[in-house]
Amino acid sequence: MSLADPQPQATRHIPDRLTTPAAKMFKSWESLLLLVAVGIFILNSFASPYFLNAWNLSDATFNFTEKAMIAFAMALLIIAGEIDLSVASVIALASTMMGLVMQAGFGTPVIVITGLLTGLACGAFNGVLVTRLGLPSIVVTIGTMSLFRGISYIVLGDGAFRGYPADFAWFGQGYVFWVITVEMVIFVLLAIVYGVLLHKTNFGRAVYAIGNNATAATFSGIRVERVKMILFLLTGLMAGLAAVCLTSRLGSTRPSIATGMELEVVTMVVLGGVSILGGSGSIPGVVIAAFVMGLVTFGLGLLNVPGIVMSIVVGALLIGVIALPRIYHNLRAR
Amino acid sequence: MSVLNSREAILVGAILVLLGIVASRFPGFVTPTNLVAVFTDTAPLIILALGQMVVILTRSIDLSVAANLALTGMVCALINVSFPGVPIGVLVLLALALGATMGAINGFLVWKLAIPPIVVTLGTMTIFRGIIFLLTDGSWVNSHQMSAAFKAFPRETVLGLPVLGWIAVIVTLILGLVMGRTTLGRAFFAVGGNPHAAVYTGINVGRTQFLAFVISGMLAGLTGYLWVARYAVAYVDIAGGFELDVVAACVIGGVAIAGGVATVSGAVLGALFLGIIKNALPVIDVSPFWQLAISGAAIIIAVAFNARTGRSKGRVILKSAEHTQ
Repeated sequence: MSLADPQPQATRHIPDRLTTPAAKMFKSWESLLLLVAVGIFILNSFASPYFLNAWNLSDATFNFTEKAMIAFAMALLIIAGEIDLSVASVIALASTMMGLVMQAGFGTPVIVITGLLTGLACGAFNGVLVTRLGLPSIVVTIGTMSLFRGISYIVLGDGAFRGYPADFAWFGQGYVFWVITVEMVIFVLLAIVYGVLLHKTNFGRAVYAIGNNATAATFSGIRVERVKMILFLLTGLMAGLAAVCLTSRLGSTRPSIATGMELEVVTMVVLGGVSILGGSGSIPGVVIAAFVMGLVTFGLGLLNVPGIVMSIVVGALLIGVIALPRIYHNLRAR
Repeated sequence: MSVLNSREAILVGAILVLLGIVASRFPGFVTPTNLVAVFTDTAPLIILALGQMVVILTRSIDLSVAANLALTGMVCALINVSFPGVPIGVLVLLALALGATMGAINGFLVWKLAIPPIVVTLGTMTIFRGIIFLLTDGSWVNSHQMSAAFKAFPRETVLGLPVLGWIAVIVTLILGLVMGRTTLGRAFFAVGGNPHAAVYTGINVGRTQFLAFVISGMLAGLTGYLWVARYAVAYVDIAGGFELDVVAACVIGGVAIAGGVATVSGAVLGALFLGIIKNALPVIDVSPFWQLAISGAAIIIAVAFNARTGRSKGRVILKSAEHTQ
């Protein structure tokens, strides 16, 4: 992602091992974030008497579960030095395809598979353009962002798909037991899967290597293009999964579904301590960031703060969490 | 240089073919009156694309232009409602200043805190839009609340072209001069082409990027007033998603997203290309719902095309390493 080139004056320190100083910093970042999450939780419980209620908290998880599903894959993609801004549009297209299949009379299994496959196909399209043609991912996905949602608009116009089968509602509205939602379970499972994938496998190590120095990674025998292709496929697949959950929860499809969600996903990833320049970040950070964003939006919602004002908070959070450590660093350097 | 020339020649050719196709089904589209209307309609995109071109040239990106436009436009509209006596000249200066301030905020964060431009402008994009809501509580400023002079300015016709169109022409000329004839213009190219080398030639890279953001913000602010006055309405979501059209116009115009390569004529032609498509679709009876997909496809084709022509024919030692550059 050449757009995010660092300032040339700043010498970039690339550790020869990922353990010592860098790992310490990630740890402190995550503990700081955890502190923020706890702080917001306490503030929220003081601010509104309705906050500390199991059912309300369960509802609050919907604020982040769908976004976090995509954020896990997006984190890997950003660590590898690429980005996918088309994810919200993939949701729109996948949801539209699911609507078409539903109208053709197919049942829930086919609808779900259609959503997942559409996501996978969109990811493949992005991945081929980036890895095979060597195009910058930010432009490709700005293009496909318009293209995918554009196809939804062509299919639906100003209409909507309604009338999904009753058992389809399980994904977005179902509970596994008590207040634990299906989406929450998917979120936890994915957090574990992606955490293991990134931190405990060769594949994850390759992702870091590519993000730190793609050329060096190539020379050390990593198939850079193939890894990136897999990451785009994963991101597409996760967007497809999020489309299944979101469509199921809303019970309808409009072409404007999930507009602007890509920003919240990227914010979540960056808030979680993933460097937008690639090369560093962790899944636990993203998980905590998901909780922070979910708590902030839910708390503000309880205080009747309108959505657009929440987006100011999200935007300020995005800049603030990156700016504050740098301001601190600059002040200490003086 | 010949490559650059041919790219713009191809773009001119594509625009002429496009006009030819539309004209074959609807001759009225290519009458001078309608072409002037199409140009005027595309003027905001041209102005913004020129600002975005400077930013992308210095290896940055400004995704906050549409939000900047909307906020400045809303502030101008609110001032006009409260103080109808404020002359248009003052309002235009104010729009320029306010837009430049927002650009300076972006530029400052990129320069002094070294935060990646895409993160900065994603953040300020939502913040600027949110501020509009805080200012207005989500209410609209409608046509009847605005003064006649406020609305008339961009539409006034001088020598057959509305003021809005003339402003696009003037901005194009000024930026042509800045990019081609000043040290600042050279600095933009130097920073984008090779920031490390630029440092050694005595150019302050961060400051140059800062100035690029100020220019982009200033032009967005100017467009903000013109937009609100032309459409005679201001609300939170005006020009929503327009930043993508602006980036698309640049990419179609051959501006390299990796920085270092851009031309003023390319950015203008890229904007015109998109503007003509947008205006032609309803004429040739294509549903406006196709527009989003078509501009998306145009971006992808343009960037793929740019990569093909722009790739240097160096000796390839390791095929996959070349792609990862």
